[in-house]
Amino acid sequence: MEVGQMQRRLVEFTKSLFVEGFLDGQFLQLQQLQDDSNPDFVVEVVSLFFQDSEKLLNDLTSALEQQDVDFKKVDAHVHQLKGSSSSIGAQRVKNACVVFRSFCEEQNLQECMRCLQLVKQEFYLAKNKFETLFTMEQQIVAAGGSIPATEITSF
Amino acid sequence: MGAAAEPRFHVLAVDDSLVDRKLIERLLKISSYQVTTVDSGSKALEFLGSLVNDDRSSSDALPSVSPSDHQGVDVNLIITDYCMPGMTGYDLLKKVKESSSLRDIPVVIMSSENVPSRITRCLEEGAEEFILKPVRLSDVNKLRPHMMRTKKLKDQEQESQEEPERHGDEIGLPPPPCQHELETQQSQDPQTQQIQQSQQPKSGNNSNKRKAIDVEEGLSPDRTRTRYNGVATF
Repeated sequence: MEVGQMQRRLVEFTKSLFVEGFLDGQFLQLQQLQDDSNPDFVVEVVSLFFQDSEKLLNDLTSALEQQDVDFKKVDAHVHQLKGSSSSIGAQRVKNACVVFRSFCEEQNLQECMRCLQLVKQEFYLAKNKFETLFTMEQQIVAAGGSIPATEITSF
Repeated sequence: MGAAAEPRFHVLAVDDSLVDRKLIERLLKISSYQVTTVDSGSKALEFLGSLVNDDRSSSDALPSVSPSDHQGVDVNLIITDYCMPGMTGYDLLKKVKESSSLRDIPVVIMSSENVPSRITRCLEEGAEEFILKPVRLSDVNKLRPHMMRTKKLKDQEQESQEEPERHGDEIGLPPPPCQHELETQQSQDPQTQQIQQSQQPKSGNNSNKRKAIDVEEGLSPDRTRTRYNGVATF
């Protein structure tokens, strides 16, 4: 595939991530923080997010498996996940966390279990999308092209 | 970015989230600040403690510090997350403001939750600014005026203590530029507007209370609609 076509595909894919709500404006902020002095900033932060969250999801799962569920503890984990997902612009993960927290407040175990599944689902979906995005970028760079800037005005 | 001729300000950033520390560190560095990050309030106090020679007035146990560790380190601003396990950002703010040697350091609180009573409490306790997470470049631009102000204070203190010939040099210096105000106004977008409102002085004598009200009035509706339904009378 020639570079121009790869670049167009990347632009289209990025757009779809915004349209489908996977990403929000915060992701553009991250991109703004990447420059020649820090060329891998976005990949670094996003990778950090996935490492960190994977651990949080494990903690969450075991917290909900306890005999006597400590909803405060569960809520604290979800709060953390919500914070970091919002910091990288992973909007759908963040939204799933917002719903999750409301059920923590109600101490509704059944709904909390459902929310955990939902958050996990969104998390792995997001991970998949980010991986695709970064792979596309790498392929463009490997082919000697530059990564087109994301230009989305309505976010 | 815009900091060309200014001295490098040193910011202490406090956040328990690794992702958020990375983000705030980068935001501050790209704005030409020197940054130290720590993951808890007690570590922040430990770091600051090295700037403190003797401060045993507080009855609460501060972490033990070795006074000579960081000689020459100076912190121009503390930016801290509100919600942290153990010592919260609010607790840290109080500790800083209670300490005779630290209280002049401006403190800015960050929080992902838009809770009006929390904002008011922090501003009343002496926080300069309450920033909603995720923090953006336009938020970081608002930090400079606070650092400028304390720097001026310090310069004045120094001037009064210094020898006459050195004094002459300092008088020759122009006052610090105020370009930051332009920068922040240019970068207004709907999501960050609410915080900037708190920065534009409405009258000559803004008390913290007044500031808090400004923050609340200026909150952007799309970000806060649900939360404000229940507290309309606030």
